[in-house]
Amino acid sequence: MSLTDYGFYILCATAIVLLATQAFTNPKDFFQVTIFGLADGAIYALVALGYTMVYGIIELINFAHGDVFTLGAYIGAAILAFFAGANEGSFVVVNVIALLLVFPIVMLIMGGINITIERIAYRPLRNAPRLAPLITAIGMSFVLEGIMFMWHGAPTVHFPDLLPHGPGFQTTIGGVFFGFKDVFVVVAAAILVSLLAVFINGSKLGKAMRATAQDRDAAQLMGIDINRTIAATFFIGAVLAGAGGMIWGLYFNTIYYNLGFRTGLVAFTAAVFGGIGNIPGAAIGGLIIGLVAAYSDGYIGSKWTEVVIFGILIGVLVFRPTGLLGMRVPEK
Amino acid sequence: MALLEFEGVDAFYGRIQALRKVSISVEKGEVVALIGSNGAGKTTTLRTISGLMHPTNGTVMFDGRDITHTRPSRIVELGISQSPEGRRLFPRMSVVDNLFMGAYSRNDRPGIASDMERVFTLFPRLLERRTQIAGTLSGGEQQMLAMGRALMARPKVMMLDEPSLGLAPILIETIFSIVREINSQGTTVLLVEQNAHKALEVANRAYVLETGVIAQQGTGRDLLASEEVQKAYLGM
Repeated sequence: MSLTDYGFYILCATAIVLLATQAFTNPKDFFQVTIFGLADGAIYALVALGYTMVYGIIELINFAHGDVFTLGAYIGAAILAFFAGANEGSFVVVNVIALLLVFPIVMLIMGGINITIERIAYRPLRNAPRLAPLITAIGMSFVLEGIMFMWHGAPTVHFPDLLPHGPGFQTTIGGVFFGFKDVFVVVAAAILVSLLAVFINGSKLGKAMRATAQDRDAAQLMGIDINRTIAATFFIGAVLAGAGGMIWGLYFNTIYYNLGFRTGLVAFTAAVFGGIGNIPGAAIGGLIIGLVAAYSDGYIGSKWTEVVIFGILIGVLVFRPTGLLGMRVPEK
Repeated sequence: MALLEFEGVDAFYGRIQALRKVSISVEKGEVVALIGSNGAGKTTTLRTISGLMHPTNGTVMFDGRDITHTRPSRIVELGISQSPEGRRLFPRMSVVDNLFMGAYSRNDRPGIASDMERVFTLFPRLLERRTQIAGTLSGGEQQMLAMGRALMARPKVMMLDEPSLGLAPILIETIFSIVREINSQGTTVLLVEQNAHKALEVANRAYVLETGVIAQQGTGRDLLASEEVQKAYLGM
């Protein structure tokens, strides 16, 4: 272990001690903030997974990924608008059916869009210097934001409020408030992450994706069609981001065309924190960054939250580029 | 016609020509060795056969089919697999998963299972280590896994790139005796080696590559006896 490793652990330990003090002196506030943090973190985790999977397989930081997330929310809002209206905020069967229907539809649409993006914007640059696809990804980000801007303009867009809330769908335990929405976000994200884990570790295509990420030439020698595995990676990343966008919309009910810029950067930070390219790392990193953001909002002040988060990004990149769960397995 | 026919191939890395009019043929059931020093074009030849790079001139024929511009995944399906230089295992996957990846182009579950048995019979060490992560195996075990993985495609031609590289002499003996055994079970072998002596002992026929050109060819025995080969590659 190097000196910077000790620095990293000391910093983590300090943060945990400070938070533990808060947890003892004012448990009510602490747990309230924790619940908000978990809900946000679950969404960051879903977005971070797409960053980390794409980076893992083609070493591209897909800056358009945050906008894929937002586009998922926009498309979801457009479809759900048919079902919204009088039913908003209450528990009726129509809403449940609408959500069960629209979630997979939006996820598939986003997957299809991201495959198309990969095909036209990134694949032609696969063997170009690494900077070229990176710049293209930033350009793609502007294109997607431009499309959403032209669609609904700059003002915020209402996302149909189809999750039940209000009396009967919320409770306080020990003074800590939480509603159905908070539980929904965390459970939905947990289900999606579990499905991803089963797919990546259990299915033939999932294993082929891991193989491609670990050694692209060797994967080809096994008969793996790497164009297919790379496309599948973009598809799955966008499926998760699209679901994340839907979940964000249902939770906050407000979306805007450049929502993906900040959310994307925060999720990217989460992916780097967890160890870029590492799938469990991205899920855990998302949760931790969500919690850090919430504690910063609660205890330091929300105007400092971005400073804290991107300070972490810089700190990790400088002192521990392999991240929390960085790979330490010998390669050869 | 030979099973694998590599005819008049020119190949480039950017502007640098790696192969000049190279012609090699491999008959069904043979062990053919490709020897030569570093940078002679041995690995380039295998990469071109596998479709990882394509020749600018010349053709590659396999089993009566032109595979000059065929994509790598299709070439594996047709029956050519490779254990590449430096082993190139999937370092964060288990031994068993690496073997399964070798059978990626196949869908016959019972066949894959019986070939896995066969690999474990050839390499009992891999059976002991089957759940271990490939990156943590020793060099010799990694080489065995790379060969086992190439066998899992149930290839007609198996290509081995420097299987003895970096191994202890006793392990090199083992590896070459297994190459013989694989061949006697019916798999054609194209072997690339810097260890010319061992390679020529095992091979029915061999080619000597020198800076991208075939300098000599003949039976393994003839080349072992050849004065030039002895001087240049056998240190006699």
